[in-house]
Amino acid sequence: MASRKRKMRANTKTKITSFTMVLAFWALIEGIRLSGHLSSKFTGLLIPVCAYIIMAVSLNLVVGFLGELSLGHAAFMSAGAFAGVFFYTTAGATLPQPLALFFSFLIGGTAAGILGFAVGVPVLRLSGDYLAIVTLASGEILKNVLNSMYIGVDSEGLHFSLKDQFSLGLLPDGKMLMKGAMGITGIKKCSSFTLGIFLILLTLFFVLNLMDSRAGRAITAIRDDEIASRSIGINLTRYKLMAFVSGAVFAGFAGVLYAMNYASLVAAKFDYNLSINILVMVVLGGMGNVPGAIIAAVILTVLPELLRGFSQYRMFIYSIVLIVMMLFNQAPAFVARRQRLRLKFRTRKAGQDGEDGKEEI
Amino acid sequence: MQFLSYLVRGISLGSVYALIALGYTMVYGIAKMLNFAHGDVIMVGGYVVFFAFCKGNMNPWLAIILAMCACTLLGVTIERIAYRPLRGTPSLAVLITAIGVSYFLQNSAMLLWKSDPKSFTSVVELPSLYLFGGRLQISAETIVTIIVSLVIMFVLIWFVQRTKQGHAMQAVSEDRGAAQLMGINVNGIISLTFAIGSGLAAIAGALLLSSYPTLIPTTGAMPGIKAFVAAVFGGIGSIPGAFLGGILLGIIENLSKAYISTQLSDAIVFLVLIIVLLVRPTGLLGKKQMVKV
Repeated sequence: MASRKRKMRANTKTKITSFTMVLAFWALIEGIRLSGHLSSKFTGLLIPVCAYIIMAVSLNLVVGFLGELSLGHAAFMSAGAFAGVFFYTTAGATLPQPLALFFSFLIGGTAAGILGFAVGVPVLRLSGDYLAIVTLASGEILKNVLNSMYIGVDSEGLHFSLKDQFSLGLLPDGKMLMKGAMGITGIKKCSSFTLGIFLILLTLFFVLNLMDSRAGRAITAIRDDEIASRSIGINLTRYKLMAFVSGAVFAGFAGVLYAMNYASLVAAKFDYNLSINILVMVVLGGMGNVPGAIIAAVILTVLPELLRGFSQYRMFIYSIVLIVMMLFNQAPAFVARRQRLRLKFRTRKAGQDGEDGKEEI
Repeated sequence: MQFLSYLVRGISLGSVYALIALGYTMVYGIAKMLNFAHGDVIMVGGYVVFFAFCKGNMNPWLAIILAMCACTLLGVTIERIAYRPLRGTPSLAVLITAIGVSYFLQNSAMLLWKSDPKSFTSVVELPSLYLFGGRLQISAETIVTIIVSLVIMFVLIWFVQRTKQGHAMQAVSEDRGAAQLMGINVNGIISLTFAIGSGLAAIAGALLLSSYPTLIPTTGAMPGIKAFVAAVFGGIGSIPGAFLGGILLGIIENLSKAYISTQLSDAIVFLVLIIVLLVRPTGLLGKKQMVKV
């Protein structure tokens, strides 16, 4: 009973920390903005930061809590971005702005979720290495397909092609909607920082409550021991899919948010490197640690902008961060050494308290 | 005739994949880990050959041997520093570290040798072969690559099945703990596997760049991933499977480039992977394994 109470406190603490942190971040930025000290460079970073925070938290659901490596998280972002923006620039134009925005996010999230389901069903039955490589492969497939997709509209309706602009056979009144590697252009920018913060809070609310539920405990049980959790009747495929698809849906939201911040959207932006960047955020923040992922996402997005002169060393440093963090946090020898050190420190402190306590007073 | 020439080109590309996949499959079969950095070891091998042979006018044989030594050293060092401390931890940790190593190699190459493409001169100095009265041209690189990968495949099969070290590898692959109890130096065997795999990567790098002569720090990444697809296609852990998978994948890629779409050929290759994993997760020549508690 006592341990249960303590555990609940730990979960509540994570929730309070995360929400307070995000709200404080929002208040801080809005405060600086009101006082007029926010430079245009940082204003431009605000929405990407929000998108990356959502990406890092949702990837944490898959990597940190489910314990499977997804190397295609950018693909879900891409699917969400293209579906949402496509809706927004076509059908959304006839709707009032807030409703159009709402439906864009809904459609973006759904598209990403469907992709997550389509990728997840076949591979979640397989072992971890295969999952990693298939998520990578599906990311590449989506990027290639989107890169060679041409969509146009005219009075006869929509036209698709995977070849080039001319094979669409558009009538003279036609309009290109998607131009292959050029992507979608002429997007009305309508993301805002407040919307980003709202989406972060939504993501946090969902992820933290999921992890605090029966389903969340099943997910972490699968991570800790797949065979044992199957033997006590946990439906592996169901819970794996649950974590994987929810991660994908939130990545889709992040994609819509990110895409609506720019005038044009190209598929090449959401490549393998982006997936790795998000992974670095999760690893640096500590796998399975939500506040950590948020801090890491902010640092890793803002720091490279501050250290422009070191931009060529950026990915080099990221790679070292990945290796060192993994060795430091996971290697048995390091973990044992850390525990020994902590123990030594504690006993020394306790000894000091006992002996020198009176003198200090 | 045109089809035949596409086919030959496909086999040529496929034999490069096969060569890389052999290294992948060895490491995966014995160390049970996906060495993401394998493709980047190829790139390093390519740079060594480039500086020794294309820039330094060294004898091509010597240049390749030098690259093999460098890559072997690199592979063993990577294993010692980054992978060995993580032995026994969940595969997720090792996988992320391997990605870190892959990025480390790419970005070190970027800092050391800059990102401008270097044009590679072929290490094969033989004339092309003309068949059917000159209508079908087969480049010497193609023939050499196919022969080299075939020879290496047979040597590897002989090594694993007939030598003492090979038997030890099989034992480590089947049950690491039991192998250790039988007095096999497990760490030594895994190091040896990495040495062989990385040495092969140097040869693969030289041959890959002889056929596709643009050398940049990310040269190895895509072929590395595709070679992994080939290894899975053929049945990961199986040496003839890696060869077969590589050849088939090269043919699929080239034919889809020729008849479907250049831009979508990568997508088709990856689609093959997903279909194979759906229909036959153990690959063409792989053995079915039971997971026991």
